[in-house]
Amino acid sequence: MSQTTSQTDYSALIEPTRVHSRLYYDPDIFQEELEKIWYRTWVYVGHTSEIPNKNDYVTKSIGPMPILMVRDREGEIRLLLNKCPHRGNQLCAYQKGNRTTFTCPYHSWTFNTNGDLMGYALPEGYEGTDKKGLGLGKVPRIAVYRGFIFGSMAHEGPTIEEHLGGAKASLDQLLDNSPTGELDLTVGFLQHRTKANWKFMVENETDGYHPGFVHSSIFQVAQSGIANLYGSDSTALTRDFGNGHTEFDLRPEWRKLDTPLGWFGTTADRLPAYVKAMNESYGADRARQIMIDGTPHIMIFPNLFIAEIQLFVIQPISVDESIQHVTALQFKGGEDINRRLRQQTMGSVGPAGFLLADDTEMYERNHRGSKIRDPEWLVLTRGLHRERLDENGYRIAHSTDETTQRGIWRHYLKLMTEAQP
Amino acid sequence: MTATHSLSLLRHADGRTVEQLTALSLLDLHHHVSQFLFKEARLQDTHAYDDWEALWTDDATYWVPANGHDTDPELQMSILYDNRSRIGIRVKQLKTGRRHTQTPRSELARTISNIELVSVADHELDVIANAVIFEDNMRGETIWAARNEYRLRLVDGAFKLVRKKVGLVNNHKPIFTLSFLV
Repeated sequence: MSQTTSQTDYSALIEPTRVHSRLYYDPDIFQEELEKIWYRTWVYVGHTSEIPNKNDYVTKSIGPMPILMVRDREGEIRLLLNKCPHRGNQLCAYQKGNRTTFTCPYHSWTFNTNGDLMGYALPEGYEGTDKKGLGLGKVPRIAVYRGFIFGSMAHEGPTIEEHLGGAKASLDQLLDNSPTGELDLTVGFLQHRTKANWKFMVENETDGYHPGFVHSSIFQVAQSGIANLYGSDSTALTRDFGNGHTEFDLRPEWRKLDTPLGWFGTTADRLPAYVKAMNESYGADRARQIMIDGTPHIMIFPNLFIAEIQLFVIQPISVDESIQHVTALQFKGGEDINRRLRQQTMGSVGPAGFLLADDTEMYERNHRGSKIRDPEWLVLTRGLHRERLDENGYRIAHSTDETTQRGIWRHYLKLMTEAQP
Repeated sequence: MTATHSLSLLRHADGRTVEQLTALSLLDLHHHVSQFLFKEARLQDTHAYDDWEALWTDDATYWVPANGHDTDPELQMSILYDNRSRIGIRVKQLKTGRRHTQTPRSELARTISNIELVSVADHELDVIANAVIFEDNMRGETIWAARNEYRLRLVDGAFKLVRKKVGLVNNHKPIFTLSFLV
């Protein structure tokens, strides 16, 4: 690993209850984030359902860098770097497909789906050259947790279980809502280009203070129970799992409501096939509890956000540009609920979404504001006086409190300052 | 001056209101269709939300696909896929004054061109056209380009929008917020 000599004293920019605006706009800090976060820690890449068959591939990313997520001819999942090792040409120009080999259009070097070099054109010119070592670059570590594929560019580091920690329970909660325990994420992603630093997105995903204001226009004109979750009287919680992972725990509110599918703004009689499948899979009592508790709202650092009915992947492009990739969650074996999940997702998120277009407006205003010199420090004190530990030792507070942002920055500071392996 | 509504009516040369589209010459029809598409463009550019909403039929579909131009919006994600009820919500949200991405509103000018009639029946026709839209907002200046498909219906002597598909040429790539009426 190349060592980056930091010019930045991060402990002078990140305090427990305030952060310095420079963290959002300084291009040197962005470069250092690539080395210390994006090209080192576990980053969400994609889902196994996107490449169900041998030789399926789809173009994904780790940070700004494109990655080919491949199921090779043996059925193993590979994360390959999309760069021909000969002259550095972008190898694959397509978004997805199924192919047994990748051939570089420049000099016809050909690779199999596990990244090994199979052959090159006019091979007599390479007499004595060993093809080993001329394969595609590979993401050194791959981990799959119940279908979620993560990659780490570091050869060593924490396991995915250590990285996810308590957040694993929220992924389990999500998969419990599927009659088969599985997701099927194949309806396509919307890609929302955003002129703002990626951290504004990560922080906002579990900011429960904003919905009542940023989204008041849609709450006014469409029936939505969301606003109540983030009002003074809400019993919903923010939680800091550590390792930068944060969530809203909405279950206290849904349990008060005590109605299966109330979390989704509907009732059991409207989705009979789904309810039947859930009852058959889990038994009526357990299925009822799952359908009352609903799906999680969790931001898994640094880039996977599950927002009840959608899955977002946050991709940093440069210090002032990011892409929000988003798709509808789809439960394998839940056709009637899946249709509603798609319809609600298309209405609320993406570039034209009733919700996300306004969030994204805030991100872009956040970013422009960060460059204004006074005040330089941004305040994260909300809810300090009512922060407490839950039964597992995780920090929790009211759904509108900044326990989550403080947790994200605590982890960020650790990553940016700890010794590199 | 003649009221806008009565200008919108399709008339024969002798002043009678058109009752069947097939009774018009293709030249006349092309003119009427063009005028309708230009009017829709103007209502969108000037944020005349109520007048724009009134163009739609009750069975309307307003669709902006993603990831290509031949996807199935019932099965795959689209940037926008509104039925009549959701068109109404979209307009209501814009009118609250707190649709922050449109407060202040985008400054817009669009050009509709390459208008081709595809098929004509007695009361409905299909038409395709290209649209180039210049948007200016706080983020900056953005140019949008689309190959559009429309279905228009003759209702009480005037055109209504039954279906509009906005095929952004770059819909397979990341795009900026699209919160004005496209």
